[in-house]
This record gives sequence, C-alpha cells and structure tokens, in this order.
Amino acid sequence: MIEVRALTKVYGGFRAVDDVTFTAEAGRVTGFLGPNGAGKSTTMRVMVGLTPPTSGTATVDGRRFSDLPNPGLEVGVLLDASAQHAGRTGREVLTLAQETMGLPRRRVDEMLELVSLTPAESKRRVKDYSLGMRQRLGIATALIGDPRALVLDEPANGLDPAGIRWMRDLLRGYADRGGTVLLSSHLLHEIEVVADDLVVIGQGRIVAQGTKAALLASAGTLVRAHAVDDLARALTGSGLTVTAGGSGALRVDADCEVVGEVAQAAGVPLLELRAADGAGLEEMFLELTADTAREGAAA
Amino acid sequence: MTALTADTAHPADPAGVRTADRPAPAPIPMGRLAKVELRKMFDTRSGFWLMASIVILAVLATAATVVFAPDSAITYESFASAIGFPMAVILPIIAILSVTGEWSQRNGLTTFTLVPSRGRVIAAKALVSVAVAVVSMVVAAGVGVLGNLLGSAVNGTDAVWDVSATALAQIFLANVLGLLVGFMLGVVIRSSAPAIVAYFVYSALLPTVFGMLAAFQEWFADLQPWVDFNYAQTALFDETMTGEQWVQLGVTGIVWLVLPTAYGVWRVLRSEVK
Repeated sequence: MIEVRALTKVYGGFRAVDDVTFTAEAGRVTGFLGPNGAGKSTTMRVMVGLTPPTSGTATVDGRRFSDLPNPGLEVGVLLDASAQHAGRTGREVLTLAQETMGLPRRRVDEMLELVSLTPAESKRRVKDYSLGMRQRLGIATALIGDPRALVLDEPANGLDPAGIRWMRDLLRGYADRGGTVLLSSHLLHEIEVVADDLVVIGQGRIVAQGTKAALLASAGTLVRAHAVDDLARALTGSGLTVTAGGSGALRVDADCEVVGEVAQAAGVPLLELRAADGAGLEEMFLELTADTAREGAAA
Repeated sequence: MTALTADTAHPADPAGVRTADRPAPAPIPMGRLAKVELRKMFDTRSGFWLMASIVILAVLATAATVVFAPDSAITYESFASAIGFPMAVILPIIAILSVTGEWSQRNGLTTFTLVPSRGRVIAAKALVSVAVAVVSMVVAAGVGVLGNLLGSAVNGTDAVWDVSATALAQIFLANVLGLLVGFMLGVVIRSSAPAIVAYFVYSALLPTVFGMLAAFQEWFADLQPWVDFNYAQTALFDETMTGEQWVQLGVTGIVWLVLPTAYGVWRVLRSEVK
C-alpha cells in the first residue's frame, strides 16, 4: 500500500504539487491521471526519495521509501525509461540491479524472458533501443526484485498496441496476486482499461479520486437553468457538490429529486434536469487538459 | 474548481493477497555497493577503454623510454616519470566520470532509487576510485620495472634503481590526491564535460597563474606553499618532504580538496535527482 499525505512541492513560487493526498491500495491498480505538467512525475519522484518534498509525506507500507533497507525488493520503480547509461547493454542494466539487490544471477534471464527481450536484443546497447524496448527493460528492472508495490511513470509510452495489451495483462496479474500498482498516464483511455482506482491531478491538485466504477458511472445529475449562478449558490448552500457542466449546465453529486427540490425552494426555473451521462470524468479531464494543452504537442 | 469525489470504499481485497509478512530485507552491504560501482567503471565501451588505456599508455611510455632515451637515462626514475604523466591525467578522469555518469547519463534515477542513501553510493565510488588508482599504479610500477630491466639489457648496462620506496610511496600519494581532486570536481559539478575542463583548469591553469604571481610579486612567493595546493604537491616528487612541507600539503589540501568535497557531497545529498 502506498500512502501520500498532504504532499506539497514548491519550486520558487510555483506549487508543482499542492496538498496531494491519496492511497494506492494493495491488490488494486491505481491510475494516476493528469495532463502533462500536472505534477504526476514530481509526486512520483518525491515518493521514491529523489526529490525532497516541501511538506507532507509519502510512505510504502507505512515506511518512507528512503528508510527501506533494500528498496528494490519492496518497490519496483520506473520513472523514465530513457534515464539509463546509453553505453550499457540491456542485460548489463539488469545485472547491475540484480547485483545491487543481491539477487541470484538467473533473475536477469527470467526478467528478459518476462518482458520479451530476446538474448540478441539484450546484448545491444541501450542507445540502440527503441522507446518501447526501453520501457520493457524498465519494467524488467522494476520487477526483478519481486517487489510488493510498483510505481510506474507513463510505462505505456512508446509501446505498440500489442505491447500495451501485454503491459495491461502483466499489471492486472500482478495486482490480482496482491501487489500494489500505481501507474501514471496523461491518456484517460489508456488507464481506464487497466485501473481499478483513479486519482486525477491537474495543476498540482487532486481534482477527482475514487474507484473507476464510481467515477465513470455515477456522474450525478445534470441540471440547466438561465439563472445558473443563483442555482449553483442554492445547491452549494444545501451542502451539495457542484461542478460546471458547460453552457449553463451544472453537474451535481445528488439525485434528480434532491436537485429539483432545491431549485424549487430557491425559485429558479429549470430548463433541463436529468441523470448525467457517465462521461463526467472524461469531460473534466478534457477541460483540465485544455487548460494546459500546448498546441501541436498532443501525444 | 470543485473537486469531483466518489466513494473510495471498495470490496474486500481479492483473494491471493501476499501479505506483508515477508522477512524484512537486510540492508545493502557496502562491499556489494563497491562491487557494483567497480562493475559500472568497466561495463561501457568508453569506460572499458579508459581503464585499458592506463595499461596501454604505461606500456607505450615504457617502450618510448627504451627506444628514445639516451643510455645514461635508462634508470627507473625515467620510466617512473614517463609512466606517471599519463596516469596523472587518466586517474582523475576515471574518478570524474564515475560520479558524473549518474547525472550526465541520468543513470542516478535508477541508482538512487535502488540505494536511497546517496552518501553510501558516493562513498562506494570514492573507495573504488582509490582502489583502482592504487592497483593501476602497482601495475604501472611493475611495467616500469620490466622496462628498466629490458632497457638496460638492450644497452648492456646494469639496471639503475634510483627511486626509493619512500619516493615511490610519495608518487602514489600524489596520484591519489590528483584522483581525489577529480572526484571532488565530479561531485561539485556533476556534469562530465565541465568537470573534466575544470580539472585541467585546476591542475594546469591555476599553477601557472600562481607561478606568475609568485614570480612578479615578492610577497606572494613566500606565501605560495601555503595557498597553492599544486605547489604543495610538487614537493611530493622531490625525494624527502620536510615536516613543514607536509603541513603545507595538509593546509592547502583542506582548503582545495576537503572543504569543496564536503560542500559537493552536502549538495548531492540534498539535491533533486531528475
């Protein structure tokens, strides 16, 4: 289990990660979702002790990562598949991890087989690897110590469709055997197919979290009115959670009946009142992405 | 923006959970870290040839001495100084690359996640660098012995052994200090090319500047042994060191080597690894 509590990282005046709290449970795949630059990688770097936090904590099974005696045996980490000495062979990269963790040499071959890198490929230098091969090598490095938790930053980047399918099955099986998986992505659909729980981050803050089923299905009620501000005030005043739904619409975390009663009490005529589509998360994610999207940089 | 929240509660953990009752792993011993760091020095093509070049250059320097030196100069000292020069250049570069590779090649992302106590990784690198320096110097000294025997046999003269054990030990020490300077620059600068450039500024340009200053400013000439680390080291190459010279070496060493290293390590421990 990975727990992040009130984590904040400030660079100068910029809050890259702002009061982030979430838990990645054992036996489940937790998707860490957000547009580029939302703070996913910074959060993950803090989790594994590479970046000191401004405040807050991150623990794995109750202990700080940097307090783990031999972290590779407890947490498998892949932050950037390209961050390898370009002159080493794939096999050598794995051998260094195997030696550092004090594992038997056969683990290297087992891992190469697991991630489908052929003996010939394993003897090539990392600089000659495609991004997909580097990701496979990174996954192998993360798994070689048979850890109980995985922290993977954008592991599907550069994988072909078959590779993405393979990764999905691998992570599913790993979580089903009781492992904790936290993986990040900037693509909702990529993470939707594998994650059990979702944590959505935008501009350093968590904007949504929960089970995938809850987030994608129960999107609450969609209500539309001319006096949308009055309606929002009335709904918020009744203790309901309200989000903008676009073009005079509001999305409310409540049944239609409750929303209708509040609107009547407030004297706001409604134009539309219905159960919202299951696409609340996607809309929110698109909105988030639009805020930070860079023209032509869409992956 | 108002947060969209959903119920985080979910069904009980699925069957087959491996609980946390595995034995706690033992800490990674220093010997293992040193072994891994040694391996990293040899496991790239550039690293391998850099190490190999120590032996290759020692052999070339010895051969050149046998071929080109006049008969009267076929002494062990000639071989020692011929071999010593390439060593003095390569050893610091080995130490620099051992440290800066973690940053320049971004390998530190893996290294420091596998071993979060960065101080231990740096210590292992220092340990291995010094060990490599000592072993290479022993090899080089041996190549020099063979060269001296061969050279005198070719000339039909008796081999001249004019380097005392003390002098040899002092040359070893000077080379280890040079390597540690490289290590210091690697830790402080953490980038391969700038650190190597800095090493040549430090070891070639700085002595020239100090030398000129001493030549033109009388007040500095007396002061130089106390402020110029390179100058204090040159004494190591002249037979016996006086007590005062050892103190000068210590004082300048603290200022030019120990303090910057401490600063660099302090920065490494706190900096962000990206």
